Amino acid sequence: MAEMKQQRQAPGSRPKANARPGGPAGKMMPGEKAGDFKKTMKTLIRYLAVYKIRLIIVFLFTIGSTLFSVISPTILGSATDVVVKGLLSGGMDYGALLYILMILLALYVATLLFGVVQGWLMADISQNVIYTLREKMSDKLDRLPLKYFDTMTHGEIQSRMINDIETVNQSLSASLTQMITSFITIVGILVMMIRISLIMTAMAVLVIPLSMLVIRVVVARSQGYFKNQQAFLGSVNGHVEEMYTGHDIIKAFNREDESEKVFNEYNDKLYESAWKSQFLSSLMMPLTGFIGNLSYVAVCLLGGFLAIKGTISIGNIQAFIQYVRSFNHPIQQVANVVNQLQSTAAAAERIFELIEAEEEVGIGQEPEQEVELEDVKGHVYFDHVSFGYKEDEPVLKDFSFHAYPGQTVAIVGPTGAGKTTLVKLLMRFYEINKGAIYVDGYDITKLSRENLRSMFGMVLQETWLNNSSIRENIRYGCPEATDEEVEAAGKAAYIDHFVRALPQGYDMPINEEATNLSQGQKQLITIARAILSDAPIMILDEATSSVDTRTEVMIQQAMDNLTKGRTSFVIAHRLSTIRNADHILVMDHGNIVEQGSHEELLAADGFYANLYNSQFAES
Amino acid sequence: MKTVLGYYKKYIPVVILIGLFLFGNAMCELALPGYMADIIDNGVIKGDMSHIRATGLIMILIAAGSSVASIIASLLASRTAAGAARAIRKDLFEKVTAFSTAELQQFSTASLITRSTNDVQMIQQATTMMLRMAFFAPIMGFGAVIKALQTSVPLSWTVAVALGMVLVIMGISFFLIFPKFKVLQSKLDRVNLIMKERLAGILVVRAFGTEKKEEKRFDIANMDVTGINKFVNKAMAFMLPSLTFIMSGVGILIVWVGAHMVEANELLVGDMLAYLQYAMHVIMSFLFITMIFLMIPRAAVSAGRIGAVLDVEPSIEDPAKPERIDSPKGLLEFRDVAFKYPDGEVNAIEDISFTAKPGEFTAIIGGTGSGKSSLINLITRFYDVTEGQILLDGKDIRSISLTQLRDEIGLVPQKGVLFSGTIADNLRYGREDATDEELMEAIRIAQAEDFVSEKPEGIYTQIAQGGTNVSGGQKQRLSIARALVKKPLIYIFDDSFSALDFKTDKALRKALSENVKDSTFLIVAQRINTILDADQILVMDEGRLVGKGTHSELMQSCDVYREIALSQLSEAELERR
Repeated sequence: MAEMKQQRQAPGSRPKANARPGGPAGKMMPGEKAGDFKKTMKTLIRYLAVYKIRLIIVFLFTIGSTLFSVISPTILGSATDVVVKGLLSGGMDYGALLYILMILLALYVATLLFGVVQGWLMADISQNVIYTLREKMSDKLDRLPLKYFDTMTHGEIQSRMINDIETVNQSLSASLTQMITSFITIVGILVMMIRISLIMTAMAVLVIPLSMLVIRVVVARSQGYFKNQQAFLGSVNGHVEEMYTGHDIIKAFNREDESEKVFNEYNDKLYESAWKSQFLSSLMMPLTGFIGNLSYVAVCLLGGFLAIKGTISIGNIQAFIQYVRSFNHPIQQVANVVNQLQSTAAAAERIFELIEAEEEVGIGQEPEQEVELEDVKGHVYFDHVSFGYKEDEPVLKDFSFHAYPGQTVAIVGPTGAGKTTLVKLLMRFYEINKGAIYVDGYDITKLSRENLRSMFGMVLQETWLNNSSIRENIRYGCPEATDEEVEAAGKAAYIDHFVRALPQGYDMPINEEATNLSQGQKQLITIARAILSDAPIMILDEATSSVDTRTEVMIQQAMDNLTKGRTSFVIAHRLSTIRNADHILVMDHGNIVEQGSHEELLAADGFYANLYNSQFAES
Repeated sequence: MKTVLGYYKKYIPVVILIGLFLFGNAMCELALPGYMADIIDNGVIKGDMSHIRATGLIMILIAAGSSVASIIASLLASRTAAGAARAIRKDLFEKVTAFSTAELQQFSTASLITRSTNDVQMIQQATTMMLRMAFFAPIMGFGAVIKALQTSVPLSWTVAVALGMVLVIMGISFFLIFPKFKVLQSKLDRVNLIMKERLAGILVVRAFGTEKKEEKRFDIANMDVTGINKFVNKAMAFMLPSLTFIMSGVGILIVWVGAHMVEANELLVGDMLAYLQYAMHVIMSFLFITMIFLMIPRAAVSAGRIGAVLDVEPSIEDPAKPERIDSPKGLLEFRDVAFKYPDGEVNAIEDISFTAKPGEFTAIIGGTGSGKSSLINLITRFYDVTEGQILLDGKDIRSISLTQLRDEIGLVPQKGVLFSGTIADNLRYGREDATDEELMEAIRIAQAEDFVSEKPEGIYTQIAQGGTNVSGGQKQRLSIARALVKKPLIYIFDDSFSALDFKTDKALRKALSENVKDSTFLIVAQRINTILDADQILVMDEGRLVGKGTHSELMQSCDVYREIALSQLSEAELERR
């Protein structure tokens, strides 16, 4: 159903109608401004410059087609003059008329051809630039240090990749040529009008400041309403979103009436600002139309007067009327384009900021002495490591410990204690400030990231699966695995049974939000994925809060299968895991506060002992 | 569609008025070329200056009249469009608020949000457009045709030819280009989806070293969308200049044919010029009309989606004559309850009977899909039982008002949901008149004091929309505090402790049992630790109640329970109890 498809649209990919909220508002409101307009435009031009020759053709053709369309009314006018002369003299000069009309036809055809060629070239250029920008952003995603994602939300990054790109896209395909067209049209028409009659031109031009003034006043007045409309639309939408998502709570707390009261308030305000802004913006047409009509009448009057005196011809009056009629349009357009260029610059600036952001240390350059570690035993050594997410807030201070091949290291601590920090350092998602981390005696900064990360398998709390089949998801880390290997991993992760019960078994596609699998099933699939990767060192997060108890048993067993014979780091929640671990790291508020074995830590009677005993103290 | 159209019924007189003003507007616009012809034919050619002046004055008046009519029409149209949108929005919101969970699930929350926001906005925009263009364009077009015919019938074939060509071009684009817009949208969605997936899975992608693979996946989608974008842009780059060409081309035809008629004295020169302008009006109107036809299907889709919501009646409503429980105690009884989801084939739960008494903890444990949450949702009447009954203090909960029922219940849902506003606003959700002291008391019991007092503004700290500025565990504790402020007779904790660490979980339960003594507690739990002390534990398995009793009883009698317990705690730990 078409309906269903529309609903699925992601928030970023708003339907076209809403791309410019409020219809005409988008055109009238000056968009946000770029921090450094010049620099951004220079960068954008660099991207365009790749297509130099094509761009020059586009410019020439645009100029050509605009000039042709500016000249043609005069020629049509001279055709009329031939007719008038024929009428007055009693003998129509068809030869001359046909000659003029043929020239006109040629001009029209040329305008058409130039326009089409120009449009085609521009479509290629703009789409290629957009393609390049998208691709650069895509590559960038994998080169940015994780730190970057801490300072910016996914929403912000998404908005750059979706909305900002769309803004630049629209502007590249239209504004650029519109700018040229409008400018040439204005100058061209002025020249043509002056050629016909200076007095009449002076009069027609006098009207321009008048209509500019009207536009200014209307825009200024309506802008306030448009802003209000956007604001209240925001309030209404925000309220709707909040209340619909919290529907159960609203009901359980009998808050329906209050919620409706708030909604009605916003809705009424929205109504007021909506009709006012709508009305004010629609005032523009009749008002400028009236001014246009005034100059139309003036041209008729003055032209008629001059024609009686014999200074100008009827054909000239006709041409002049056409010019006056088409004069307002490009002026308005220039104003639009200027606005649009500004929001384009703002969007482009954000895009370039992402593309030019600082990359992860050492990407693109080979480490001085690259070692390819093969046949990893799994000995991990943290040697006096210091680290902080922010310069002045150290999280680890002079931290050292060994994890020997095959050992299990449990990381424990209350919620929000920063238990994933160690893991992130180990895989070099972040750079440490002091000290070094060794795997099998090799400093990890001396290894290529690819090599380093291939040593680890991991199962995180957030089960990330992508929109492809279950089989493809399990095979994610090692694309060369055979179907048999995939299914063997499935068996080891206890998913074989339920997967086979699914409609297409291992080939069932996981849907966009992965809602066709339960949380536990997803977790098991990520375990299968890790099993298949057969990495010598495993990183596991035991947090399985939203998983039912029976699945939890399976997950537990699957994780045991996974850690067997491997060095493993477990972010532990289960006491049995903690107790059986060879080494326990106790974390609190981002720091490692204690380390040792279960017995040692109990004996120390510190933070860990407190944590452990709180489980079993009598209430 | 029909439902939405109904909102415009009361605007019919206004709409007719708008039509009249637009008619006046169009007639004035169309009169101008005639006067211009008059100036040329009777003024310029005859050399009569006073005639020119007099005609000019009339033209100014007509131009002014045209603008005034247009402005009034705009005013009425804006008010109508915004007014109808307001009414639709209001009814939609009230409807959705009245919906029970079943209807919410049926449409999905995300879709309901879109329908209440974007779709209504779409309708409003379409209405304004329609009220102005849909009337104006046909009136203008029709008027221009009449004027053209009045001026010269034999010339009319030229306009007909031009219209035919416009029709062909529009037809081609309708069948070739517009379907591509849909394809374009889905390709764009694909690009965005991949982008989002990669952002969400950035750790996994890096850990597995599959950057190249992801970049390739994206590149394919990117190429796809670029290709179709080029096609659409090029098609438009062809269409627009062609339309301009036809419009100018018809001028050549008119002058050529007109010249012959002028010579034969069948046409005045001024009329020929006026005819040129009429022809432009005809073609422009025609273009506008086709644009309207393009807009209608989109607006109709939105209207249909809105109508679909408005046409659904909430399945759970107050009884016609609600009974009242005069001094409620909070005694809850399930009597042979069975429940099937509206689209389900088998019962989600069946044969459920138990009693939860005031002052006691009743815990519910069991696997996913065992029906724990379904059971909970029946108590608040988010869904209604399909068999059996649920009694509150001896009365069927369907016989009392929803308001009274829900007043007695303090629900803490699985996911902590908070609303924008201060922490205090959120806590007062259940009881507007709670004092600051009462709020602090609830915060203390809910183990939220630490982080609330850490904030400089304490309970007046603003919560962002969606509660994004507090952690999951904090949200959970605040929603527990919210239920506590309400001081209800029945507390329902739907797996509310799992976001808390063991220590907080423990402290919270201790504080609860010390501070809230007379209420009925229902706790859905995953962790066996959480429920060890419960007065009564219900063990659910595949929608049935397979065990009922205390921990030690169930360890003896219930296999499912033993299995769950042993998976979480060792024998030794269980024995230490």
